[in-house]
Amino acid sequence: MKRSRIPLLTTLALLLFFYVPIIVLVIDSFNGSRFAGTWGGFSVKWYAKLLQEREIWQAVRNSMVVAVAATFCSTVIGTCAAFALHSFDTRLQRVHNMLIYTPLVVPEILMGISLLLLFIGLKIPLGLFTVFLAHVTFCISYVAMVVLARLQDFDFTLVEAAQDLGASNWICLRRIVLPLLAPGILAGALLAFTLSLDDFVITFFVAGPGATTLPVLVYSMIKHGATPVINALSTLLLAVTFAVVVIAQRLAQEKHT
Amino acid sequence: MSRRWREISVSLPSLLWLTLLFLIPTVLVLAMAFKPSDGYGGMGPGWTLETIRSLRNPSYPAIIGRTLGLSLLTTLLCVVLAVPMGYYMARTQRIWRQTLVLLTVVPFWICFVVRVFAWKHLLHPDGFIRHGLLALGLIAPDTMLLYTTGTVMLVLVYSHLPFAILPIFAAAEKFDFQLMEAAMDLGATRWRAFTHVFLPGIARGIGTAVLVVLIPALGSYVIPDMVGGTESEMIGNKIAQRTFGDRNLPHACALAALLTVAVLGPLMVMVFGKGRSGTAEKSVGGVV
Repeated sequence: MKRSRIPLLTTLALLLFFYVPIIVLVIDSFNGSRFAGTWGGFSVKWYAKLLQEREIWQAVRNSMVVAVAATFCSTVIGTCAAFALHSFDTRLQRVHNMLIYTPLVVPEILMGISLLLLFIGLKIPLGLFTVFLAHVTFCISYVAMVVLARLQDFDFTLVEAAQDLGASNWICLRRIVLPLLAPGILAGALLAFTLSLDDFVITFFVAGPGATTLPVLVYSMIKHGATPVINALSTLLLAVTFAVVVIAQRLAQEKHT
Repeated sequence: MSRRWREISVSLPSLLWLTLLFLIPTVLVLAMAFKPSDGYGGMGPGWTLETIRSLRNPSYPAIIGRTLGLSLLTTLLCVVLAVPMGYYMARTQRIWRQTLVLLTVVPFWICFVVRVFAWKHLLHPDGFIRHGLLALGLIAPDTMLLYTTGTVMLVLVYSHLPFAILPIFAAAEKFDFQLMEAAMDLGATRWRAFTHVFLPGIARGIGTAVLVVLIPALGSYVIPDMVGGTESEMIGNKIAQRTFGDRNLPHACALAALLTVAVLGPLMVMVFGKGRSGTAEKSVGGVV
């Protein structure tokens, strides 16, 4: 049977569509010329300029603090939630499931404004702490979904075997379940980490003046007139994200071998 | 420890957290839409319908219409582009399939602001695309590629397309392609087999794709803000302006309530339809 060429051509066109803007941005971050239309020779001067800007380091620090704390909290809470959803089939879990699931599909701007309103109402001063609270809120659902997917492939006869051999519940959890589930939990944590690192909309609503994270800084730099420094900063952010994705992929493959 | 007690103790952290920081604030927004503004950025006392009434502001119908129109068009374009790609991914060899999934997922991982900025950079008046088009004589010297509704549309499709491809691919992967061959053996043209056998076969994947594109598209804010002009604002922009610009929170809440109502329909289909199908869950799992 002769196959149509349309699917192949669409696929190739879409891959180009996905990557051309990103590749152009990366190339231009090494462009010596100020103007994107002309090539001024290979140069790392925008990176050098980047390193001199103090507010960037502050933003890096803020982003890391929030991402690490939010990842830790949401991984613990999300993993518990996944266990609950997997092990029990009650009315409570149906409500629980809906509560976990809805934040995944609600537009970010709605979550941003509602959290802002809550913090104002409770008179919690806006800052890194409110950003942390917001990030945990949207990360829990993602972690729970990832861990739940892994739990569905989990071989629970191993747990029964351990119990038959006299292991207590605690030993069972610590020595059997958690080590076997570690790649799944880690994958969830990495997802939470990148989501927290990359979030703009929700952070923008709840950050307040002192708690600028990297995406918020990139955004305000773009608003205040684009300079090639933004290309360099974006490229660095890209590199970090790619590194995390590569690690996550490695972890995912280890599961199969 | 009883089973019930154990269930509650593992469910409690997420139940409490999401009730306090997701459910209650969302309800709060709806309630605030009925509060008057005190003119200093806070809420006045008592309850009023005045805030809701102010949505009749003559500029709003156009913005609401544009939000709905752009979101629906984005959804349509995403699905139309994702179907052939999902079809190709499902039919190609296993090794290519995994590479293609990865290539589709990677843009999703890249910081959203950076992705939108990449387009702003690409279509910049001094960028090589505009220069190239000018040199070829395809555009007039005063044509702008940025800050138009068309640009907003383009970037909306760009950033939502992976969400459409993954569920459609997941459905196509499970589709039995022998059914199409059978249809063609029985005399159907390839196009007819495609529209009458393949498309109904992946209907569920298409449904998920529509929802996961439509819902976030309705709430777009960064894209029209960064690559759009005043003629391409969406509800999201107005919410941000009322929140940060003139500090009128009740007004921002009324707009947010409107947006909530707009996404509630597709949202309900998603949350309640999900229990049985599980395809939506796969699309999220597939991203990871």
